[in-house]
Amino acid sequence: MRTHDVDQGIALRSLVKSFPSAKGRVHAVRGVDLTIGKGETVALLGPNGAGKSTTIDMLLGLTEPDAGEVAVFGGTPQRAIAAGAIGAMLQSGGVLKDLTVRELVAMMGSLYPNPLPLQEVLELAGISDIADRMTAKLSGGQTQRVRFAVALVSNPDLLVLDEPTVAMDVEARREFWATMRRFSAAGKTVVFATHYLEEADAYADRIVLMARGRIVADGPSTEIKARVGSRTIRATLPGAAIDDLAALPGVGSAEAHGDTVILSCTDSDAAIRALLEKHPDARDIEITGAGLEQAFLALTTGDDVEEDVPA
Amino acid sequence: MNVTYLRFELLRLFRNRRFFVFSLVMPLGLYLAIAGPNRDERVDIGSGEIRFRLFYMVSMAGYGAMVAARGAGARVAMERSVGWNRQLRLTPLSPAMYFTAKVLTGYAMACASIALIYAAGISFGVRIHGEHWAQTTAFILIAIIPFAALGLLAGHLMTADSIGPAIGGAGAFFGILGGIWFPLPQDGFMHEFGQSLPSYWIAQASHTAYGGEAWPLRGWLVVAVWTAVIAALTVKIYQRDTARA
Repeated sequence: MRTHDVDQGIALRSLVKSFPSAKGRVHAVRGVDLTIGKGETVALLGPNGAGKSTTIDMLLGLTEPDAGEVAVFGGTPQRAIAAGAIGAMLQSGGVLKDLTVRELVAMMGSLYPNPLPLQEVLELAGISDIADRMTAKLSGGQTQRVRFAVALVSNPDLLVLDEPTVAMDVEARREFWATMRRFSAAGKTVVFATHYLEEADAYADRIVLMARGRIVADGPSTEIKARVGSRTIRATLPGAAIDDLAALPGVGSAEAHGDTVILSCTDSDAAIRALLEKHPDARDIEITGAGLEQAFLALTTGDDVEEDVPA
Repeated sequence: MNVTYLRFELLRLFRNRRFFVFSLVMPLGLYLAIAGPNRDERVDIGSGEIRFRLFYMVSMAGYGAMVAARGAGARVAMERSVGWNRQLRLTPLSPAMYFTAKVLTGYAMACASIALIYAAGISFGVRIHGEHWAQTTAFILIAIIPFAALGLLAGHLMTADSIGPAIGGAGAFFGILGGIWFPLPQDGFMHEFGQSLPSYWIAQASHTAYGGEAWPLRGWLVVAVWTAVIAALTVKIYQRDTARA
């Protein structure tokens, strides 16, 4: 009999957490409400210091919230952990030395009531070929894969990954997510933190945007991407009528600073074609992605700006 | 009892040659250097006289065991430096099992260290009854319990970089003031103070070598109180020790 109910998913209610620091209290999380259903893959997206890792620590029971509640599968995180229901890959950790990869995964597997067969975990995490290597002799990307295997070995119902692809190159990153997909296809609930919009967009069903300790947007990936993924076109274009520019297809708003015009675009491809057709004399053209930091600032303007929050 | 987990913890211990060798060399070296030339001297241990080679064998066996027991803490600090304490917290591993495994690795080291010193002692001519060997060893193994706890406390409080000097310093403190390195004066403040340290009672294990009593009630009390206080602190620190490094 299982002591937890996977169907109840995860509920974070009004979580608040602050830490003392040299410069006074740091308010890392300032009221996070989040419900995650069984089988969802959710990305916590935000810049460094948004409160992602602190939220994850509270979700895992590693940090006690100052206020608010955490329920994982209908109970405390500790209960879910004791049942072997949570697998996690924490941020920027290493692995134990003086063991081979195979031994390490077997050691961790021995701690759980119903671990996956060792060989299956090694293959799932793509580390069969390095299974007999000492853990101290691995590259950064290989270490991440071993840590992933450690997170998988309990065959958890909830997989939590805090910036899992940090030490990986592009290829390793792609392979990692392919593996993750295979695992999450089996009805697993997955929560991962990232500061890459592309990663969140490509691998999550749902994106929860965090900034300065709060959730500033929460919705299907496509929706969030449209909100934060806008591009800006800058060009030198003396004497252009701002209202005409704002009416171009793909342009959300336009402004002028002297001879420079700045177009915020909902579809920069359509906008640049239309701009050049109407104004072939436009020069010094730049198209820039808004970037997450900017997008977050835009989304959180008007917020009380208190002290910055370290990562 | 998770045998697989224990087996891997011990395997890790014996794979780490540098740590293993380093922990064994110091007490053995001291014994060979100091007891070697003075092996036939007599030492007054209060209730009688024994040969220096025996007195110092028990002292160094105790010292080596004490260092080894504390060494488990240094390994904890190394594991914490890669965030492994947090990873373990996400498994069903109970605190009791966690500490059992750590204490057992300390005791495995302690036994290896004691065996080496005994071999050296025998080669210098130490001859005592089988039951006295057993009693002496048993008292040493009991007396190092507070040091195993102290090591784990330090391992959960300190970083991998700072724990080395701290352990060395604590070793010298308890070794000298507890009368392990050199016999304490028979009376006065140093004598009284030394008796309140658990390391003092490690050295007193030598009393059993000729059939004497190793510890009066005071010895048992000192070891019990140190163990209780340090273990309680260690559990408290362990419970809080989940923050990111």
